[in-house]
Amino acid sequence: MFGNLTHTALQQYWWVIISLLASFLVFLMFVQGGQTMIFTLGRKPIQKTMLVNALGRKWEFTFTTLVTFGGAFFASFPLFYSTSFGGAYWVWMAILFCFIIQAIAYEFRSKPNNFLGQKTYDVFLFINGALGTILIGTAVGTFFNGAMFSVNEMNQSRWEVPAHGLEAVLNWHNVALGLTVFFLARLLGIMYFLRNIDDEELVKTGRKHLLYNAVPFLVFFLAFAVRLLVMKGFVYDPDTLTVSTEDFKYLHNFLAMPLVLAFFLAGVLLVLYSLFSSLFRESSRGFYWGGAGTVLVVFALFLIAGLNKTCYYPSLYDMQSSLNIENSSSSHYTLTAMSYVSLLSPLVLAYIYLAWSAINNRKIDAGEMESDTHVY
Amino acid sequence: MIDSIDLSLVNWSRGQFALTAYYHWLFVPLTLGLSLILAFMETMYVRTGDEKWKNITKFWMTLFGINFAIGVATGIIMEFEFGTNWSNYSWFVGDIFGAPLAIEGIMAFFLESTFLAVMFFGWNKISRKWHLASTWLVAIGANLSALWILVANAWMQHPVGMHFNPETARNEMLNFWEVLFSPVAVMKWLHTTASGFVLAAVFVTGISAWFLLKKRENLLARRSIMVAATFGILSSLFLIWSGDQSTRQIVHVQPMKFAAIEGLYHGQEGAGLVAIGVMSQTADDPENENIKDFAVRVEIPNFLSYMAYGKFDAFVPGVIDLINGNPERNIISSAEKMEKGKYAREILKEMKDARAADDFVTYEARKAMLMDPEFQENYFRYFGYGFIDDPGRLIPNVPISFYSFHIMVGLGFWFLAFFILALLMAWRDTLARRRGFLRLAIWTIPLAYLASMAGWTVAEMGRQPWVIQDLLPTFAAVSQIDAGMVQVTFWLFAVIFTTLAIAEVRIMTRQIKLGPKEGRK
Repeated sequence: MFGNLTHTALQQYWWVIISLLASFLVFLMFVQGGQTMIFTLGRKPIQKTMLVNALGRKWEFTFTTLVTFGGAFFASFPLFYSTSFGGAYWVWMAILFCFIIQAIAYEFRSKPNNFLGQKTYDVFLFINGALGTILIGTAVGTFFNGAMFSVNEMNQSRWEVPAHGLEAVLNWHNVALGLTVFFLARLLGIMYFLRNIDDEELVKTGRKHLLYNAVPFLVFFLAFAVRLLVMKGFVYDPDTLTVSTEDFKYLHNFLAMPLVLAFFLAGVLLVLYSLFSSLFRESSRGFYWGGAGTVLVVFALFLIAGLNKTCYYPSLYDMQSSLNIENSSSSHYTLTAMSYVSLLSPLVLAYIYLAWSAINNRKIDAGEMESDTHVY
Repeated sequence: MIDSIDLSLVNWSRGQFALTAYYHWLFVPLTLGLSLILAFMETMYVRTGDEKWKNITKFWMTLFGINFAIGVATGIIMEFEFGTNWSNYSWFVGDIFGAPLAIEGIMAFFLESTFLAVMFFGWNKISRKWHLASTWLVAIGANLSALWILVANAWMQHPVGMHFNPETARNEMLNFWEVLFSPVAVMKWLHTTASGFVLAAVFVTGISAWFLLKKRENLLARRSIMVAATFGILSSLFLIWSGDQSTRQIVHVQPMKFAAIEGLYHGQEGAGLVAIGVMSQTADDPENENIKDFAVRVEIPNFLSYMAYGKFDAFVPGVIDLINGNPERNIISSAEKMEKGKYAREILKEMKDARAADDFVTYEARKAMLMDPEFQENYFRYFGYGFIDDPGRLIPNVPISFYSFHIMVGLGFWFLAFFILALLMAWRDTLARRRGFLRLAIWTIPLAYLASMAGWTVAEMGRQPWVIQDLLPTFAAVSQIDAGMVQVTFWLFAVIFTTLAIAEVRIMTRQIKLGPKEGRK
């Protein structure tokens, strides 16, 4: 089946898979967003316990999706892996440290004799939630704004500025995306609490903070989106792989791929509706609308970053070193083999749905926290 | 770019990878084995309906959860380090190496993490059978994840199922099944997971022994020892068999590693196996500090030949044969391999230069040469030797390889004896009276970790200088970054992982002291 596809078709298929994984990753960052709200919303110890435990039953999904995203990128576009990870060293290392401290924080925080004290582990969760989302968003911003690297004739890469990735924060557009992801994660996190925690006071406070976070989210998202639509992008010639620039490239990509534009607009509307329904109709289903909207928007953004002859990782140092899905991908054979493996994805989604439903079949309340044997 | 490698960068990068890998491997084996022990204990609960089995399962599950969390924390860095610190490697073999990592995520990690949540939080939310299925799926997921990363590791030790594509200047996969079912990969998975089972069985037996010494949790301890010792005996037998098979493979695919782990410098017919040996403190060969002969050794005559080739008089090549060559035995010298490797690299460079100069005639000619199967067999297979300037660099650290291997093997046999004794005493119900044995059981826990670490050292130190056997030396695989950057992250990892490991041990010991009743929360 996949073996009969052209190499280009497989590259496109794998860019779609990468985009899907990225979109689910951003959605699942509601865990990170929620973590940044623990100190704000958890005024009483039992409330804090409920907040942590509501997230603690889901953190592994985000973590696993991040690891799978990395593995899939490595397998399908190894030149990006070697160029970006080996070059933007500080950014990726900072992101990894954020996730290292998250992985133990849930399990260790409430255990006796935990060496660092509960507050330290809660601070770890906050750092992971805040820095993790901002840094990932900023790093993804370089998919549009480019980075300072070169690739030689042997496909060996080198970062050309000593900041090794930290220079990305000097571009406001990258930072705007980072802050958009941060506030979006907080919004999703709050809506997740509204959906899954049975505590009137907490729900009331949560709605208030939903509004506080919605405003900066909309500001940063609009700033990012408007700039994206008017900026130029790097385009490649599929025959010669020569790279040049094109004004309004990402706007053109939306217009050239109307379905992607529809995904983007539908996603934006869903996120706005989730906020509206949570704030003004006091609905607890906003999390699902917001989650679906997030998936659609991020999916669309990744598609315009890599499809339609666009360089998804532009080099600001040497334009011809820019990476696109054709010059950075794995071989036809590997993409074919991996494509068969990707057919397992529906099965994975099905059992995640089953497990999620089983664990979240009723809201967390104070009683459950006192009686359960495995409480974070 | 590769010719201007900073050796300080290489050493720090190696140090960082070793540090993070050791920390990760400190926690993973317990997860592999304990997940299966948990699944078996819960099966007993579901089959018998005996609540005591449920309590026993929950106690070990608490310890499993603590260990699992830090295993995850130390694991995430491993995947990304291939990119951050070994970017040349990531491109050179990413076409092959990336696939197992991605499959690991899709097939194993999601299975493990999804059902882990059900296993911990589902006790009062789902049926017993569904919960049991979740526990088994966690165990399967954990061991499946080991399969994929070990397939990737085995491929580095014995690259198969691929060819070199001069256009992209990398190795590309030709046969996925050959990579997955490479005998080296299969045996590595079996041996490594079996070592995890043994470690977990030692852990459970040792902790249970502590309860018996303290005259607490008698039922939990006796039942746990019965389960763990039985599991341990089966796993130990399997471990010894798979270890023997792995060693026989190494003779053929990594003869230098085999010579190093056996401390065999000069090849001979009817080579003896050094059962116990102490290496001299001074170098035997002043030009290579790795060449150190034995100050003391106890040897089993002819046994190494038998172990390697199944014949007591077979010739086993030593370190010197592999470096200087041995025409009588058709072993070519390192110098010759280096010449061939340099030639292969030169042809590749000429091809790239011709392309840059739009000299298509030369380009096509060089490309045809590189694609020629005869050239690949006679020259390209030594591509990695083209990076080597000094044949001495082809010798791994013999003392470390030798000691690690012998510690691992010796302890492996001790664990088998230990489990048999524990099971016999548990069967006769005399364990509680054997206080000396109970103390020994506790002290066997660190020995299991020592053996596990030694095994990893054998695998990784013994293959040096190669990151991919014969194709890419470790020093040519690093990212083009400053050594100072890696020093910073090395120390950050050292501080954070050490801190977390201390926290883990403190939490674990407190949970054990609290026992199954109070320790559940």
